[in-house]
Amino acid sequence: MKRLVVVDSNRCVGCDLCVYACTNRYGYVGVSKSAIHVRSAGGIERGFVVVVCRACRDPPCARACPVDALVLRKGGGVVLNPSKCIGCGFCVTACDIGAVMWDSETMKPVICTHCGYCVAFCPHRVISLEEVG
Amino acid sequence: MVDWVKSLSKVLYVDLGRKVSWVEEREDLFGKWLGGVGVAVQLYKEEVPRGADPLGHENAVIFAIGPLTGVFPMASKVVAVFKSPLSGFIAEAHGGGRAAATIRFAGYGAIVIKGASDIPIYIVVDGEKVRFRDAGALWGMRSSETVGRVLREALPGAGYRTIMRIGRAGERLVRYSNLTVETYRHFGRMGLGAVFGSKKLKALVVIGKSGFKLPNVRAYREVYKEVYELARGPLTKKYHDLGTAANVLPLDKLGALPTRNFISGRFEGAREISGEKLAEENLARRVACLACPVACIHLAAIREEYEDERYFYKTEFVPYDHEPIYALGSNLGISDRFGLLKLIKAVEDEGLDSISAGVVLAWATEALERGLVSLKETLVELRWGDWRNYIRAVGYIVSQPNEFYKTLALGVEEAAARYGGAEFALAYDRVEPAGYHTGPLYHASLAIGFRHSHLDAGAYAIDQSLVASGAPVPSPEEAVKQIIEEESWRQVLNSLVLCLFGRGVYTKEVVVKALRALGYEADEQTLAELGRRVYLEKHGIKFLEGFKPEGIRIPRRILETPTPLGQVREEFLKGVVSYYAKLVRDYIGDRSAG
Ligand code: SF4
Ligand code: SF4
Repeated sequence: MKRLVVVDSNRCVGCDLCVYACTNRYGYVGVSKSAIHVRSAGGIERGFVVVVCRACRDPPCARACPVDALVLRKGGGVVLNPSKCIGCGFCVTACDIGAVMWDSETMKPVICTHCGYCVAFCPHRVISLEEVG
Repeated sequence: MVDWVKSLSKVLYVDLGRKVSWVEEREDLFGKWLGGVGVAVQLYKEEVPRGADPLGHENAVIFAIGPLTGVFPMASKVVAVFKSPLSGFIAEAHGGGRAAATIRFAGYGAIVIKGASDIPIYIVVDGEKVRFRDAGALWGMRSSETVGRVLREALPGAGYRTIMRIGRAGERLVRYSNLTVETYRHFGRMGLGAVFGSKKLKALVVIGKSGFKLPNVRAYREVYKEVYELARGPLTKKYHDLGTAANVLPLDKLGALPTRNFISGRFEGAREISGEKLAEENLARRVACLACPVACIHLAAIREEYEDERYFYKTEFVPYDHEPIYALGSNLGISDRFGLLKLIKAVEDEGLDSISAGVVLAWATEALERGLVSLKETLVELRWGDWRNYIRAVGYIVSQPNEFYKTLALGVEEAAARYGGAEFALAYDRVEPAGYHTGPLYHASLAIGFRHSHLDAGAYAIDQSLVASGAPVPSPEEAVKQIIEEESWRQVLNSLVLCLFGRGVYTKEVVVKALRALGYEADEQTLAELGRRVYLEKHGIKFLEGFKPEGIRIPRRILETPTPLGQVREEFLKGVVSYYAKLVRDYIGDRSAG
């Protein structure tokens, strides 16, 4: 199994092309469909923070879900079962690093699948896909 | 109508006088003119009456984006069209940062700001919601960087956000004040800051959270990948590595780096303020506009000890580019890198266009040297290389403590009209020139260009290729043809809206592919035709507003200082101007009578 990791956020230039890539996967452009997010670390000159699911072994988001819509993924993290999800947003608050994103159209969380599609679109080698046991 | 046109064609109108806003569907405009400059010029035509005072409530500011915004790499610019308080005519400026995609995902293709407020305000556009907020606490704040930080903290939340704001220079109506975007990018030229200031509009904040479904995912992903690979490859490497500052040394070597008010094309201190040296010694971080792999924005860090306390330091960040290096560096004889960066920082904080500010200060230096003015006027000793005094003078241009500085705030043309020294007052049509002294085509393009940017037609590159090939300089007629053809094609790029540093990536072929992937029926010929129409439309409006290019004043200094292609001949420039004028007049035809 693989997981997506942030190798060095100091190399990040804030172009958001990883976000574009993630959104494009499903045939969208915009901001709310991406599982990866980039924000400035308090002023552009301080650099950027790349926020993405860490593939926790014991994920707080899954524990917070009242209807078991988030099932554990092999290799860490969770997989969303959208038909179970009631859109309460508890998972969003449960994730301390803020890596559970929110799709305000579907009113359901956006969960990183660790597919690595974004990696090829980061021009500055900030993110990569890592093998996990 | 293509669905994509529909998704782009909402125009947000904001009336600052009545503090109301509304939305109109303008598929008519976005269907015909694509977006960006094409659409903005049409909106300008509707909004700004011919005799409008650039600093009066009748002027409007139109921001527009295009079909590729938020969709493809390097479609990262917003076009602003407004009446310039510097030139007195319709003008255009481009800005990057996060503004473009944010406007798109706030749901708009264009934003029209009209009227004027009676009290300082700022506007927050959060998708469909538009709020007017009191800017009393922000007005007069010393640094535009602080204004950005305050607004950032006041408006947290998800989605994209852009903060466009003016500095004190804009508040005080300095005719060449700019609009700053995300601290390090600008709508730099032509005085958009003063237009905001005259409307008592301190800032425009936009928050965008929405998205769109693509019409044809497969076609799109294919083109996207192609563009992405090109955009991060050798075509843009120069901008990525050293940024636009890469130009400093090659220009100096050619003898085309304007130095000490264009008295020479060579600067003995060029190496010290070159892109190479800045990267080696000061570069702290490179950042990008949204959706751009190039990341040409170069930020230098300068560390400084406080004078009143040992071992007490502060570190500041300063963006640098070729233009401020020329205007505030070589053109003022400054080779002290630290001093140059401090001066750039001062100009940034006040919210001035660095090109105009540098040219104005260079004129003032020479005027003092020649005794046209005295210390009584300049208040500080303006001397080539003395960056400390230039920093003081920048402050005076904004605070305007006497008649002299009040006049400097109006631009170099006004300064020369009042105090003399027109021979060395560098301006075309009242607008100070960008930093290339490459040859006749470049100067011709400034004389007839719209944005007064070297990027209008990139004619410095034509000069440079003439130097390289040794080919003769074309006739004025031929030169006009070349310049207009290039400027016309760039109208297409500016309607999409792309960063012009990506012009090598977005060839005609790639542009067609990208538009087709979004459902447009585009072909090269129709696009070229559109570019020409946009060119003529906007230049036509300028003529209808009373622009008479034949009367252009050509500063003697331009003609005297040799370029790599020898001295620029006045007849050549006059020839260019008259061919250009004829072409535009033919287009507007009998409308000019009305
Ligand atoms: S693509 Fe890479 S450089 Fe660009 S924002 Fe994402 S992580 Fe940063
Ligand atoms: S090349 Fe520079 S100005 Fe152009 S989009 Fe990229 S970062 Fe912005």
